[in-house]
Amino acid sequence: MRARNYFVGAAFALLAGGMAHSALAQEIKIGEINSYSLLPAFTEPYRKGWQLAVEQINAAGGINGKKLVVVSKDDGGKPADAQTAANELVSSEGVAMLTGTFLSNIGLAVSDFANQKKVFFLAAEPLTDAVTWSKGNKYTFRLRPSNYMQAAMLVEAASKLPAKRWATIAPNYEYGQSAVAVFKKLMSEKRPDIQWVDEQWPPQGKIDAGPVVQAVAAANPEAILNVTFGADLVKLVREGNTRGLFKGREVVSFLTGEPEYLDPLKEETPEGWIVTGYPWYSIKTPEHDAFLKAYQAKYNDYPRLGSIVGYQTIKSAAAILAKAGSTDPEKLIAAAEGLSMSSPLGEITFRKIDHQSTLGAYVGKTALKDGKGVMVDSVYKKGSDYLPSDAEVEKLRPKD
Amino acid sequence: MAFYVVQFLTGLASAASLFLVASGLSIIFGVTRIVNFAHGAFYMIGAYVAFTLTERFSGTFGFWGSIVAAALAVALIGVIVEMVLLRRIYHAPELFQLLATFGLTLMVEDLVVLIWGPDDLVGRRAPGFKGAVDFFGQNIPSYDLFLIVLGPVVLGILWLLFQRTRWGVLVRAATQDRDMVAALGVNQKWLFTSVFAVGVFLAALGGALQIPRDAVHHAMDLRIIVEVFVVVVIGGLGSIIGAFVAAVLVSELNAFGILIFPKISIILVFLVMAVVLIVRPWGLFGRPEAPARKTPGLTVNPWRPLTSNERLAALAALVIAATLPLFAGNYALTVGSEIAIFVIFAVSLHFLMAVGGLASFGHAAYFGLGAYGVAFLAKMAGLPMIVCLLLGPLLGCMGAAVFGFFAVQLSGVYFAMLTLAFAQIVWSIAFQWVSVTGGDNGILGVWPEKWAASPSHFYWLALGVAALVTVALRLAVFSPFGYGLRATRDSALRSEAIGVNVKRMQWTAFVIAGTTAGIGGALFAYLKGSVFPDNLGISLSVDALVMVLLGGVETVSGGVIGAIVYKALNIWLVSQTDLSKLVLGGFIVLIVVVFPKGIVGMLEMLAQRRKSTSPPGGTLLAKPIESAE
Repeated sequence: MRARNYFVGAAFALLAGGMAHSALAQEIKIGEINSYSLLPAFTEPYRKGWQLAVEQINAAGGINGKKLVVVSKDDGGKPADAQTAANELVSSEGVAMLTGTFLSNIGLAVSDFANQKKVFFLAAEPLTDAVTWSKGNKYTFRLRPSNYMQAAMLVEAASKLPAKRWATIAPNYEYGQSAVAVFKKLMSEKRPDIQWVDEQWPPQGKIDAGPVVQAVAAANPEAILNVTFGADLVKLVREGNTRGLFKGREVVSFLTGEPEYLDPLKEETPEGWIVTGYPWYSIKTPEHDAFLKAYQAKYNDYPRLGSIVGYQTIKSAAAILAKAGSTDPEKLIAAAEGLSMSSPLGEITFRKIDHQSTLGAYVGKTALKDGKGVMVDSVYKKGSDYLPSDAEVEKLRPKD
Repeated sequence: MAFYVVQFLTGLASAASLFLVASGLSIIFGVTRIVNFAHGAFYMIGAYVAFTLTERFSGTFGFWGSIVAAALAVALIGVIVEMVLLRRIYHAPELFQLLATFGLTLMVEDLVVLIWGPDDLVGRRAPGFKGAVDFFGQNIPSYDLFLIVLGPVVLGILWLLFQRTRWGVLVRAATQDRDMVAALGVNQKWLFTSVFAVGVFLAALGGALQIPRDAVHHAMDLRIIVEVFVVVVIGGLGSIIGAFVAAVLVSELNAFGILIFPKISIILVFLVMAVVLIVRPWGLFGRPEAPARKTPGLTVNPWRPLTSNERLAALAALVIAATLPLFAGNYALTVGSEIAIFVIFAVSLHFLMAVGGLASFGHAAYFGLGAYGVAFLAKMAGLPMIVCLLLGPLLGCMGAAVFGFFAVQLSGVYFAMLTLAFAQIVWSIAFQWVSVTGGDNGILGVWPEKWAASPSHFYWLALGVAALVTVALRLAVFSPFGYGLRATRDSALRSEAIGVNVKRMQWTAFVIAGTTAGIGGALFAYLKGSVFPDNLGISLSVDALVMVLLGGVETVSGGVIGAIVYKALNIWLVSQTDLSKLVLGGFIVLIVVVFPKGIVGMLEMLAQRRKSTSPPGGTLLAKPIESAE
């Protein structure tokens, strides 16, 4: 029992630390949480992205003259730890708002925390539709295009394919389940003649790719929807290539064009998949050029999609804080609703109706170039074009 | 028909990869009795090293040379780990080595990212095995065929090694009875080191051979370790042939299972393990363990209730803890509540492990069931908080009653693995039954009512419950039931002979521990305001084990101290450094070396020594006790 004394001492230390922090009043703090230790492949570029944004904002005079400081915490991929971190940021660091998160369940946990504690939360990456719709709340906004939006973008291209027999491969958790569900629903609406002949649900991160590939091939589909990513995608592609699964079949795939997932495939990159992603090498807009130049100058590395997400998250947060001219959450919400700003991918708006940003994604085809995977024929799809009508959104979202 | 043959062969290829890693684990456990949690880490390092080497040295010779060289290099690392770390703690309480290997695993996960970077790495294909073989219109990758051949070849080599060499004879003898082998004058040190090296070599080889078909990344270890344990246990601990049969069984069931139930993979191995262990308590090819020869009571200081001074000190500590809200901020209070909840959780597992001698690897199941119980009652029935807190843990109680009944039929590691299987089954139900449990998106909005909502009130609530639970379990330890339970732990045979109903005793202890964990889970749900399948997951079960082992298994209050130290340190490190796993792992390894009996165990031993040096007869008495360890 004596060890409690140690803990009391630790509490004293924390308290003293808190006081020291509050002495520096001429800064605005943003709290940021992400799965740094669990998903370094995504979060390292993401961190670089937001660090660049912080540097640029402070070089341009900060937020209404105050210096922007981002306090970043690791959630280790666990919702409960994310809440501990959120609590520390809000109670102990006194941040003006929370941002970040990658995994859907962590995004939802922090969003629920924000709703309970009345804190503004800008979700960066979690894709689940629930964040803005079925479990949406007034304190939560989201930057990235949701599952629904990405599915709608892919369906637009997929429905033009002649294929009638479709199979799906998706990781067995919420993201995979809802991606498949939305894709199927939208696809069947446009093409009632389609048959769904097989579905495979390997556990996330643990795909036994050989049997899965073989099982899909046995159903003899004309086209395949893939939702796996990361190491699972690598295994699936390798087995699929060797066993000839993709030969003569169309493949539509979520996220595969993102450098995080495409680059590791190298010379094994399958050609002609219809994917969403981020072809940083072929985007020729002034906004993106400026971002690319700054990013490469600072890091001597090329950006991944995570870099864009991290960069734009902090840029958006700063814009919201600057417009609100206050750190009061109600004023932040009022400022964020309907706020438009430029981003490396074009102008985005945080919708008033469901707090979703209209950031879009690139849709294109995979190709092999000099032993590396690239996206070709990429077209930017604006997020605003792939959201359901306002009347439908009203129905999906609980009243505040 | 061709399809089924190909699917069967594909299953065999998966089985071969699994078997390589599992055989190493099985050998290590059989001889050294170490539950080597770091086996997955060695597998992962094998893959990383092989990646670096194969990128450097191309060509047929370069590739295969690199694979073997990588496995040898990692085996060397294994030897160093064994000699520097594990040798010091062979005589520590059972499972303590698990703590050391767990610490190593944490460190390795951060180290590989530091060394090889965060990106997924995709290695070369194997020269000569790049394509596929056509089989009646179906393609079989030639690398799969290579693996299918390799599996039985390795099995054959191991068989020859064990049956036809002197070293093998010694290993088999040590697997059967290592005390006897030691008594016959075999140098155990080198036997253990060599066995560990062979085991690690096989793990690293298994990892290196994944290069042509997998991506190398920093989470490979966790992906394989649990599955490999399951395979080893299904096959029977220490049985190489058992590991092979189990690997084939599991892989084939998966290959054909997904044709009918595409979502089966997530739980299949655990279902198979649960069924096998219920039907055959020692796995397919395992043999019942002989009753323990040594009397565990000799290694511990006899337990006694706290003296009145110590009671006062404990009370004073509690009062000091209760004054925290007077000067600490909201964050410190929330962390305090979380620590108090984990004290409840750790104490409940400690009761089962220390008093009952039953180490559960799936204790989070009852913690999580308590949390889900609260969430169901609060969200679906809309009951008030007090009622939820009282009734929620009953779900943990019911779960413990059902699973405990089956689990206590087993003992030792088999008991532990069956509890793990049950926990995973509960987890997968919470994960898959989206319409009721919300799947992995969990149940949100389980916030406390106004009277408990402020951090200070909730802290007092959590602290009060933790104190009550700790006191209640202590009372149980020193009640007749507690004495009876300790008797079953120290010698099942003798206690049965004097009329103690061992199984019922253990079952009762299991239910008590499960219900207590459920109380912790119920509070946890309100602390976090949400419930996720994570609350039932393996990592939480491991956390609980670590807390108990850190505090000291052979003590009465180890759970309390272990929980406070581990949880406070964990939260603090995660908040302060990006390399929290590296630092935490290093700290655990250090503790293991410095405090081989756990923190409390070590403190008690020091206190004992000080006491026994004052009267002159004391040292004489203390000595034989130590040498008896």
